[in-house]
Amino acid sequence: MTEPVESTEVHLDRVIVSLRDVRRDYPLGDERVHALQGVSLDVDRGDYVAIVGPSGCGKSTLLNLIGVIDQPTSGTVEVNGKRVDQMGDWQATAFRLRNIGFVFQRFYLMPILSALENVALPMAEAGFTRDEQRERAAQLLSYVGLSHRERHRPSQLSGGEQQRVAIARALANRPGLLLADEPTGELDAQTGAEIISLFQRLNADGATIIVVTHDEDLANAARRKIHMRDGRIVDGAGQP
Amino acid sequence: MLFILARASLVQHKARTILAVLGVAVAAAMLLDMVMLATGMRESFRELLLSRGFDIRLAPKGTLPFDTDAAIPSVDAITKVLRTNPDIREISPVLGASIHIQAANRDISGSVLGIDPTVQGDYELLSGQDVNQPDAIAVNDHLLNQIRARIGDTLSVATGYDPQTRTYSGQRKLVLTGRVRFLYGATDQSSAAVRRETLEAMRGDAVKDRASLFMIRVRKGADPDRVRDWIETYIPTVSAISISTAIAQVDQRLSYFRQLAFILGAVSLFVGFLLVTTLVTVSVNERSGEIAVMRAIGISRTHIIQQVVIEGVVISVVGALLGLGLGLGTARYLNSILSAFPGLPMAIDFFLFQPQAAWSALGLLVASGIAAGIYPAWRAGSLPISETLRREAIA
Repeated sequence: MTEPVESTEVHLDRVIVSLRDVRRDYPLGDERVHALQGVSLDVDRGDYVAIVGPSGCGKSTLLNLIGVIDQPTSGTVEVNGKRVDQMGDWQATAFRLRNIGFVFQRFYLMPILSALENVALPMAEAGFTRDEQRERAAQLLSYVGLSHRERHRPSQLSGGEQQRVAIARALANRPGLLLADEPTGELDAQTGAEIISLFQRLNADGATIIVVTHDEDLANAARRKIHMRDGRIVDGAGQP
Repeated sequence: MLFILARASLVQHKARTILAVLGVAVAAAMLLDMVMLATGMRESFRELLLSRGFDIRLAPKGTLPFDTDAAIPSVDAITKVLRTNPDIREISPVLGASIHIQAANRDISGSVLGIDPTVQGDYELLSGQDVNQPDAIAVNDHLLNQIRARIGDTLSVATGYDPQTRTYSGQRKLVLTGRVRFLYGATDQSSAAVRRETLEAMRGDAVKDRASLFMIRVRKGADPDRVRDWIETYIPTVSAISISTAIAQVDQRLSYFRQLAFILGAVSLFVGFLLVTTLVTVSVNERSGEIAVMRAIGISRTHIIQQVVIEGVVISVVGALLGLGLGLGTARYLNSILSAFPGLPMAIDFFLFQPQAAWSALGLLVASGIAAGIYPAWRAGSLPISETLRREAIA
């Protein structure tokens, strides 16, 4: 595990994600589930991290805290130099819009919108002009190899193509961090391999990526692997 | 973008959206019809009373015009008193009676009004001549069809008939001079008009110097209610009914009817509200994963709420507009059925389209659509993102 480092300019510049003694408990009936039990972690800018472990070990909870869609019971979470663990809804939403790109197992594209419109959705929210949205969405679709599918709706795309549109959408507002939760979980091996190679290309082009996965190929493609068990990081937190 | 997403959500489940819109349209039509029904008879009655410009009716004390067989005595004396008031412009005494016309070996009975054709306000002439001569009679189409006569024919008319002895009283030969439409008469009523002096002569001393009703026009600018009060003070044998008092009496008689219409209208509004709430809530529940992802990628809670409210408003507005057409069509059909009800003046409309009332009703429906979207919008806006995504992943 990376030793906690006092916040310095050098540290902030290098580290994009920093968690300190993070706990997350959930009420479950009369009991409490301890999903995370004192996790500390630093992720460097430009890193490509895979979080692995058995189901229920707290991988997705950790990803949700880094992605500012959940808050820890205790501990601190810093992303891109900002404390995000106590942000209100409005602040957290604005932060996610500009700083974090999400990719989900089930793609979750808007079924009635075209691929181009799906990619443009976060840009519209961020206040880009219509022309800017169109231009950047087209560039992103071209980057993920789908320029010929701009006008297609999700139902007209294969699973792999839908996931590539979802990745393009995640990159729409040039986020500092790309988070992916089981991005190959719904894909066959060949399509999954295409997504793995796309993540590698993105990382090579400078994107910081954190993926949660059961897929060994995807985990092996990452530059750093973090193993979790029972809400704790058991291995890999210390590898820069 | 909000409208695109709202449209997307509605188009995604076309059949369900169409059914919801139709449901709202039916509720809107019902609401509109109830509003038209609640105010229609009153307004229609008011227009009918005002149509010939008479502001006040005098009936025998304690009665309504033609409510009973009672008559107002001393017509000449009352007329003289009325003429002393400078605010009274025209006075039209009317005598009502039954008549019997012998035609094609049959006795056809009906009602007759004895009037002064120069100031009457009971009918309008459709063809021929008014009852300008003492031996003239004008009849409505219903009576005309029964007696199978033509203008210019001479009719044998009586004001009394004894079926046991088969003898007529007050019999007289009258010339059919005109076809008329009685404003206050029912479609199935056989009615005729003669000069008042002719009817008096036919009925004899029993109705001499009597009238069933006086119709009075007041001078332009005069207050009819003040004139009404003056009449009741100076002529205690009559009840004076101005348009406002007549409307008040109609209001009183129709109050239960109106309450029922308002209750049914409110029920329609509530049904529309529940329909929109249910549909939009189901839609939000189905899309909870999609909404959680939108929130995760940075779409604000406000925009999610607005999008859901827009869905409710679109359903309500489209439904309300369809309901307007449906309501007008239904009202027209129901009006034709109800207007044919025996004994009702044919000029009375049950359903009267009043733009302001209609727009208010439809505005209310749209407002309820907005309110209906608030609960599902609040649900959508307050979905816990991570928990929803976890649930979706497990599902």
